[in-house]
Amino acid sequence: MSYSKDEMMTVAAARLLTDGTTCFVGIGLPSAAANLARLTHAPDTVLIYESGTIGTRPEVLPLSIGDGELAETADCIVPLPEIFSYWLQGGRIDVGFLGAAQIDRFGNLNSTVIGDYDHPKTRLPGAGGAPEIATHARRIFIVLRMSPRSFVPQIAFRSSGGFFEGGDSRERAGAPGAGPEVVITDYGILRPHPVTRELQLSGIYPGVDPAAAQAACGWPLAIAAELEQIPAPSQEHLDALRALHARTDRAHSTLHPLPL
Amino acid sequence: MELLSLREMIARHVKPGQMLALEGFTHLIPFAAGHEIIRQGIGDLHLVRMTPDLIYDQLIGMGLVRELTFSWGGNPGVGSLHRLRDAVEQQWPRPLAWHEHSHAGMAAAYTAGAAKLPFGVLRGYIGTDLPKHNPQISHVECPYTGEKLATVRAVNPDVTILHAQQVDARGNVLVRGILGATREAALAAKAVLFTVEEQVEKLDAPMNATVIPHWVVSAAAVVKGGAWPSYAQDYYPRDNAFYQQWDEIARERGSFRAWMEHHVLGTADHRAFLQRIGEGRAAS
Repeated sequence: MSYSKDEMMTVAAARLLTDGTTCFVGIGLPSAAANLARLTHAPDTVLIYESGTIGTRPEVLPLSIGDGELAETADCIVPLPEIFSYWLQGGRIDVGFLGAAQIDRFGNLNSTVIGDYDHPKTRLPGAGGAPEIATHARRIFIVLRMSPRSFVPQIAFRSSGGFFEGGDSRERAGAPGAGPEVVITDYGILRPHPVTRELQLSGIYPGVDPAAAQAACGWPLAIAAELEQIPAPSQEHLDALRALHARTDRAHSTLHPLPL
Repeated sequence: MELLSLREMIARHVKPGQMLALEGFTHLIPFAAGHEIIRQGIGDLHLVRMTPDLIYDQLIGMGLVRELTFSWGGNPGVGSLHRLRDAVEQQWPRPLAWHEHSHAGMAAAYTAGAAKLPFGVLRGYIGTDLPKHNPQISHVECPYTGEKLATVRAVNPDVTILHAQQVDARGNVLVRGILGATREAALAAKAVLFTVEEQVEKLDAPMNATVIPHWVVSAAAVVKGGAWPSYAQDYYPRDNAFYQQWDEIARERGSFRAWMEHHVLGTADHRAFLQRIGEGRAAS
């Protein structure tokens, strides 16, 4: 059985979602992983997108956070200010599933800028819903491909807080949620050290050398005392993921009649 | 509420230098109204939107924008807004001042604006660098618990422009589907303009539907397809293929200008704009 690095990463992320979890989902890899979980082992996962769609069950992955597909298949749709105040800040979200452009060793995320904020080398889209998801969701899952450019010792801008300066600095700042529990990459899985909160390699995919993961990380990546051997994707997960991507590609390339 | 043509509605209510909010969270983005602002060349604007989207990329690239207040500036699911990036990174076609929030912060700023409070409050921006760079974000101590909470200055646009499904004979407007901060942006503004898909005798609105009452609405214009390439729930879907094509169109200054001149400046109204899009598709 062969599979790509992205497929391994997406399946590994999906497997971490247990059935019945209420999950606040970002677009891209998080959305693919959360929907894969819902379509396979966790059918009662409650997906919430920041557009205000609660309990949505899309047949295809949305391109935007507010595609009509999300509205049509939702249990209910609430105004956007309400999703952030009553639902997220109100403490009703189990898992926040985030991506980013860059992450540092304490799980802080940058999705705002490369270079100086006022005179940026590369301006990225920005934080969107992530800062408060990272603050309020009980648990945070992060999905991000690993490279020395994305896993960096120092991020240029902290868009969303992970474990801040490490140790108990997050708790002292008054953030209610527990912070990043796991970072799912294309080499393996990182989890924070229980005391220092520095991310370390805690699980590795089949056939991947931990030294390769260390080489892909921009800081000296520590390896957990017990390194978990993460199993390959099951055929069921791979089939479901490939079918989901195929449906999605067809849907997004379909030319609809213009509303003339 | 008065029912006007889109051209007349924009000419009468939108002036250079104003703070404008064209809202709609991915859904119901008032593209036709934005294009009409571009055709009339109304500039020096302070634009407010949670997600600037393609319509603000176009207004910024056409040099009509002085300031931007926003919370996520990308092409959803595709990548960058290249015209926004060019303005921020290279000051082209003119320098752009920006005020950046999180979505939760923007939502609180609109909500405070609608309630005519000076600021909104949230348990937000904790551990982020945004407050260092945006003076519109500050903090207060809760008088009851002593907790430090974030505040955002209220947003009160001069004009908020929205798209919706229906307007009835009296001028009440029905909004259905993903709402975003539609109601808050409408009630925060000094004047509210709507484009709508159709005029009906009676709104298709069950009890508790989202209806903006006629006496809040300054003017409305019937513009079929007025949200395209965004969408109107139950009327037409989001044109995801176009959102993907925009990445290529807007990547270079020249291809962007040529596209805008051919499709927006070179057409009289939204129907002609859509027809031109259709001609391009038939030819390719």
